[in-house]
Amino acid sequence: MNHVPANIKAAKARLVVIGNGMAGMRTVEEILNRTPDKYDITVFGAEPRVNYNRIMLSPLLSGEKDFDEIVINTPEWYRENNIHLYSGDPVIEIDRIRKVVISKSGTETEYDRLLLATGSDPIIIPVPGHKLDGVVTFRDVDDVDVMLGAAAKGGPAVVIGGGLLGLEAAVGLQSRGMDVTVLHLAGHVMERQLDPSAGYLLAQELERRGITVITEADTAEIVGTDTVTGVRLKDGRMIPADLVVMAVGIRPNGRLAADTGLSVERGIVVDDVMTTSDPAIFAVGECVQHRGQCYGLVAPLFEMAKSCADHLAEIETDGYAGSVTSTKLKVTGVDVFSAGDFSGGGNTEEIVFRDAGRGVYKRIVLEDGKIKGAVLYGDTSDGGWYFQLMKEGQDVTELRDTLAFGQAFAGGSAGNPLDAVAALPDDAEICGCNGVCKGSIVAAITEKGLTTLDDVKGHTKASASCGSCSGLVENLLAATLGGDYQAATVKPICTCTEHDHDSVRRLIIAKNLKSMPAVMQELEWKSSDGCHVCRPALNYYLLAAWPGEYVDHGASRFINERVHANIQKDGTYSVVPRMWGGLTNPRELRAIADVADKFDIPTVKVTGGQRIDLLGVKKEDLPAVWADLNAAGMVSGHAYGKSLRTVKTCVGQEWCRFGTQMSMSMGVELEKMTWGSWMPHKFKMAVSGCPRNCAEATIKDFGVVATDGGWDLHVGGNGGIHVRATELLCKVTTDEEVREYCGAFIQLYREEARYLERTAPWIERVGLKHVQERVVDDADNRKALFDRFMISQQTAQIDPWAERASEGVDAHEFKPLSMIAAE
Amino acid sequence: MTNNLTWVEVGPAANIPQQGARTLQTQTDRIAIFRTLDDQVFALLDRCPHKQGPLAQGIVHGHFVTCPLHNMVFSLETGEAQGPDDGCAAKVECQVVDGIVRVGLTELQAGLRHAG
Repeated sequence: MNHVPANIKAAKARLVVIGNGMAGMRTVEEILNRTPDKYDITVFGAEPRVNYNRIMLSPLLSGEKDFDEIVINTPEWYRENNIHLYSGDPVIEIDRIRKVVISKSGTETEYDRLLLATGSDPIIIPVPGHKLDGVVTFRDVDDVDVMLGAAAKGGPAVVIGGGLLGLEAAVGLQSRGMDVTVLHLAGHVMERQLDPSAGYLLAQELERRGITVITEADTAEIVGTDTVTGVRLKDGRMIPADLVVMAVGIRPNGRLAADTGLSVERGIVVDDVMTTSDPAIFAVGECVQHRGQCYGLVAPLFEMAKSCADHLAEIETDGYAGSVTSTKLKVTGVDVFSAGDFSGGGNTEEIVFRDAGRGVYKRIVLEDGKIKGAVLYGDTSDGGWYFQLMKEGQDVTELRDTLAFGQAFAGGSAGNPLDAVAALPDDAEICGCNGVCKGSIVAAITEKGLTTLDDVKGHTKASASCGSCSGLVENLLAATLGGDYQAATVKPICTCTEHDHDSVRRLIIAKNLKSMPAVMQELEWKSSDGCHVCRPALNYYLLAAWPGEYVDHGASRFINERVHANIQKDGTYSVVPRMWGGLTNPRELRAIADVADKFDIPTVKVTGGQRIDLLGVKKEDLPAVWADLNAAGMVSGHAYGKSLRTVKTCVGQEWCRFGTQMSMSMGVELEKMTWGSWMPHKFKMAVSGCPRNCAEATIKDFGVVATDGGWDLHVGGNGGIHVRATELLCKVTTDEEVREYCGAFIQLYREEARYLERTAPWIERVGLKHVQERVVDDADNRKALFDRFMISQQTAQIDPWAERASEGVDAHEFKPLSMIAAE
Repeated sequence: MTNNLTWVEVGPAANIPQQGARTLQTQTDRIAIFRTLDDQVFALLDRCPHKQGPLAQGIVHGHFVTCPLHNMVFSLETGEAQGPDDGCAAKVECQVVDGIVRVGLTELQAGLRHAG
């Protein structure tokens, strides 16, 4: 057996923490804040990973966050604070006589102070079949991995338990494409947090999202041989399931404490400074029982952590007096809040407000003029205010008439959110999860010179857990800093949504959204069918995300891309046939001349991109014009699209006495490879045959300039309002490399840039280095980008003119209606 | 104005794409007939009051259309410009009876009376 003395020097007291979860680590952080050098700290965790934010499992499941985003303390943090971390090595025994803990691997560690933060276990109902494969709880990252594995295959899932956790699991699985049924024993979902009315509204919303909710459902058996196949209810109903999630509740984990003879009832019994029945042993979190109460929410854990840290740091403290809790459901788009006792009856009175059109329900329960409890559904913005009034025990008799309308109506703080936050008292709680009040945030902002939301998160923990108070914190920043505060908030795409371009792109993939209605529904568009700003952007993002699968939505494209020509100021169109690399021949020129004659086209012009533009074509003539151009072998030049426009070339080594490479054939090759691809904005290329650069490649999105030994590849140039010369991406030697780098660069732009963002502002935003790391330094990634580009090209290189000229696609665009009958 | 309208049938509403429009050429001008996502049909003169842009070619969203030339947004219900822009696109009376779109034309539009 290994024997490791916790601290050879033994200069500091040795603190051992059992449990690497939120409560234990928060206590450690609070201790370090108070007295960084007092303890030599060792932490044992059962899970084989660093400490993470367990209340973020729901966003992890739904794909709104990834694991890195929910990590609280990184391995560096443990190292920097000289904390010895044993993860994946749970303590199995406490020897109180020798003051030693023994871990599963046999490590013995001595302690002077021992902190138990063993959390809770999910309750497993011991029905037949509960050990089958495919039956999981919803408690840690491993559970989420199993759920994601099942969701990847699709199929039916059953969630047993319609409480907070169960519903978050159900919504997460449904958003991952599973067909979810929730079984709930009580008469309405979340019965501990919601009254029947709010429960009904919530069940309606879940049903609308495609989740089946069965209440008064008593599970008799989980059916299956090795793997689960369904759930049978006591009334005989069978519900098929490939995955069963048990989310019926939690039970404090006091096993270790009980084994070593500490006082354990429902949880480990502690006093107000979190001391157990052994004065050297403390306990915090979901494993404890304090004044007869056990807690399963995060805010009380953090309050316990503070009292415990005060005590361990030997700071005088009032101790922990128990928590009044409030609840929010962490499901995007469902706003539910409850706090206190809302059962009603007795001497209580209630104020109820409903707005069926908006699906809003508010119920505030009063007793002796004070708020005793509140349930809010649909509009929870005043939850924090009611909660504050309730905790302070304020008499609200004078506010009663307008109480249901919230703080904005309750005299004093007006509707302006900045005034409202400025009017709050210093002890008003801003962050419920971490118990941070306004005074501490304002003090941190002014004393430490904080200027951003992330700063405040880092220094005070406010909004660092569930994040629902981040708006309040930003208002506090603005109110405190005044004009110096620059909100780092991202700009929404348009007034139809709160989402910015980047989050929409991410969520389209994460939530597997494959149609415009799916995006608008799931991301809560505020208009029925978007507008001229967001619809073209969404159409592009969907096309780029699901090549070959998403069907282009013509009604969401700007007219030019819908009729594949350029609208002019008089409502006529311009037509530009493709001339590969700017090369043409007598046959094509004759066909163009003939078309101009035949359709009476008033203007024929050579463009800046080395093409011929036919201007003033009537809309109804377009299909016939294209038919004639197609017949001469010409296809659409996409001069109208957010797409590959032109590849301009100089005559190069083919003719020029200075030319060092074949620029014309390179240009033709690049154009043949890239034409037809839809992009965030128009995309222009050029190939010059020598550094004299006659093709002006250094103001193009992708410019290729020949050198003696190969090619220089340039990116991010623009010849528009703000002329911007390209930056050198890299130098390559072979033609094959030019093609691969070109395809990879375009694909990176297609995947990362925002709609209507040219390469120049995109590169200025992300930095050339970002592009080089992905396209130049990482050969595997370059290959992967190139492959994705070529896959998307398989379904993109279809001539839109031919489809319309000879296959009748979108015929309605080109023919007017005619009068059938007059009365 | 609605008193002396001549109602003409222009075919099934289904011939107009959802979130799209078709045009109808009359004796005097061109009418844009829109069909929205909720399957309602509206008509405006196909001429933006700003620079005469062809409204039928704009993006249709909600009960609005965005002019393809300079992105002015008009209500299909009233023809009024939205947001900070001023102006009003001319509204044309329009109804759907048994799935068939009928447009109410003035005497000039219907060619019953000649201008001037």
